[in-house]
Amino acid sequence: MPLTLYDKIWNDHLVHQQEDGTSLLFVDRHLIHEVTSPQAFEGLRSSNRKVRQPNLTLAVADHNVPTTDRTKGISDEESKLQVDTLEKNCKEFGIKLFGMDDKRQGIVHIIGPEQGFTQPGTIIVCGDSHTATHGAFGSLAFGIGTSEVEHVLATQTLVQKKSKNFRINVNGKLPLGVTSKDVILQIIGKIGTAGGTGYVIEYAGDLISSLTVENRMTICNMTIEGGARAGLIQPDEKVFEYLKNKPMSPKNENWDKALEYWETLKSDHGSKFDKEINLEGNDIKPMVTWGTSPQDVITIDGKVPNPKNEKDPDKKNSIERSLKYMGLNPDINAKDIKIDKVFIGSCTNGRIEDLREAAEILKDKKIANHVDAMVVPGSGLVKQQAEQEGLDKIFINSGFEWREPGCSMCLAMNADKLKPGERCASTSNRNFEGRQGRGGRTHLVSPGMAAAAAISGNLDDVRKYQI
Amino acid sequence: MQKFNKVKSIPAYLPIVNIDTDMLIPKQFLKTIKRTGLGKNLFHEMRYDEKGIEIDQFILNKAPYNKSKILIAGKNFGCGSSREHAPWALLDFGITCVISSSYADIFYNNCFKNGILPIVIDEEQIKQISEYSLRKEEIEVDLVNEKIKFGNNEIGFEIDPFKKKCLLEGLDDIALSLEKTDKILSFEKKLKDSKPWIFND
Ligand code: SF4
Repeated sequence: MPLTLYDKIWNDHLVHQQEDGTSLLFVDRHLIHEVTSPQAFEGLRSSNRKVRQPNLTLAVADHNVPTTDRTKGISDEESKLQVDTLEKNCKEFGIKLFGMDDKRQGIVHIIGPEQGFTQPGTIIVCGDSHTATHGAFGSLAFGIGTSEVEHVLATQTLVQKKSKNFRINVNGKLPLGVTSKDVILQIIGKIGTAGGTGYVIEYAGDLISSLTVENRMTICNMTIEGGARAGLIQPDEKVFEYLKNKPMSPKNENWDKALEYWETLKSDHGSKFDKEINLEGNDIKPMVTWGTSPQDVITIDGKVPNPKNEKDPDKKNSIERSLKYMGLNPDINAKDIKIDKVFIGSCTNGRIEDLREAAEILKDKKIANHVDAMVVPGSGLVKQQAEQEGLDKIFINSGFEWREPGCSMCLAMNADKLKPGERCASTSNRNFEGRQGRGGRTHLVSPGMAAAAAISGNLDDVRKYQI
Repeated sequence: MQKFNKVKSIPAYLPIVNIDTDMLIPKQFLKTIKRTGLGKNLFHEMRYDEKGIEIDQFILNKAPYNKSKILIAGKNFGCGSSREHAPWALLDFGITCVISSSYADIFYNNCFKNGILPIVIDEEQIKQISEYSLRKEEIEVDLVNEKIKFGNNEIGFEIDPFKKKCLLEGLDDIALSLEKTDKILSFEKKLKDSKPWIFND
């Protein structure tokens, strides 16, 4: 029987299956961070259990770390306790950790690929919903809760039931100024935040294969915003090239063996998908979100919706609620929305290519006077690379702040947050109420669009600065 | 894990769709290294004003709903992050059963690890039982028979048999999986041969 990529990875990891389909899957790679792991380690300790495969586990502190001068440590006591607890737990259980002062420290979903820890055909889990990012390498990667983190630590397996197969084909060519961020925002707008619930999504089509590996990560990253368990893409030459010579990538004869296996990782011709949709890349435009759910998308030349035009009472209510929270009037042009802050970073768009994309727009320009803007590189290595290329200078000269790596204002657990009522153009992935700080208002955009908004002082069309 | 069998309570009805985990428990409360004590922070930004004073109109601040053990809510409940702090906060508040027409995947799974029963019924049925919340009358959820009982009516719901068993017996699923250690061992052995690069040695 022809199998999908998801079917193949699933079958390859089956340790045991009960009659009702409940399965025990082997986990090849486990990433942990400071926020969702302390209770899991505590659980291990209290039941006298060990970590089964410390070598298949990698830890990093990212959510809580300060992005300003780190020589003074963390001033917030609770954050410090969490970061210290991670360090203590890693030492006690023999897990490799990239501490706050390590050059390799960064957002968990950025360091995995960077180190070659992320590999095709593996099952990767992390106590974090954006684990789907790693699907760009053709791995089955998904977020889990803390009890499951404990389960993986203790057994190196996870209890799961199989999801259904969903394929999204994107064909054609991306027009100028349109990026993979716009593709995924468009997809979420189309399927809705629950459109992928119960599915694993495979992204396919010639547009997807034409994307760079980092751009693919942006797409897989936001799969969770479409409600799916995981999102993945068939691995190809670009992926193999990306992984070659990374510190934790297979070496020598292992590399050849791995490559041979990786090349089999594709959905068979004629394999069955429970759901399938097609998107035409040529029609995609730069997108922004106007509301408090990632499905609230419009094109940059569009208007904010009017609840009057909505017949469904639930939808009408939710538009009204979002508009009120966002402080927006119905029917105004996206380009007339004035912003206060710009945030470039996060596991969605904090990689080197994202920074290049924004810097390209900002070169020799100044950001608007009333705008505060910051760049938070996704990892220490991204930061280093950007500095070698002189991108930091471009950002600083234009008026951006250049920060230390971490999650930062993506979720505002550290000191970086919006004040009530402040409006931000952000390259992150969630525009929920209060996500970037209580009362803060988030508009999700691509890095180029964030740069354009910073220059104009309002949401704006990046294409204006590209001609 | 705490067992779940039956619960009887006046339900609290929150008619909002897409209640995300940031709403359930905002990030400033994720800095804890414990599982307990989060109940007071459940729905923090809806429950308290900027000065930290309770907002009277919010349903969970009002009697009898401040003692509700059952929460009825709009579709796609628990979307967003994987934070298990969300079910921990519900549980600590006293809610052991959530009723909605759909849930986000990770949240749904997290409930079962904490003795919370997430029930799926359709929107019409939700409207029907939400009346009981408005009228401040009790409803009963019976897991063994997979039924919600209210007045002289009842609605059936379905639950995965394995998950049901774990809830009813309060089973520790790590212990269950560890019983399969020999299977894990032989899987690892095979893996070392077929994909030696996985172990990085
Ligand atoms: S950058 Fe944002 S979405 Fe990504 S892991 Fe950090 S907090 Fe989560």
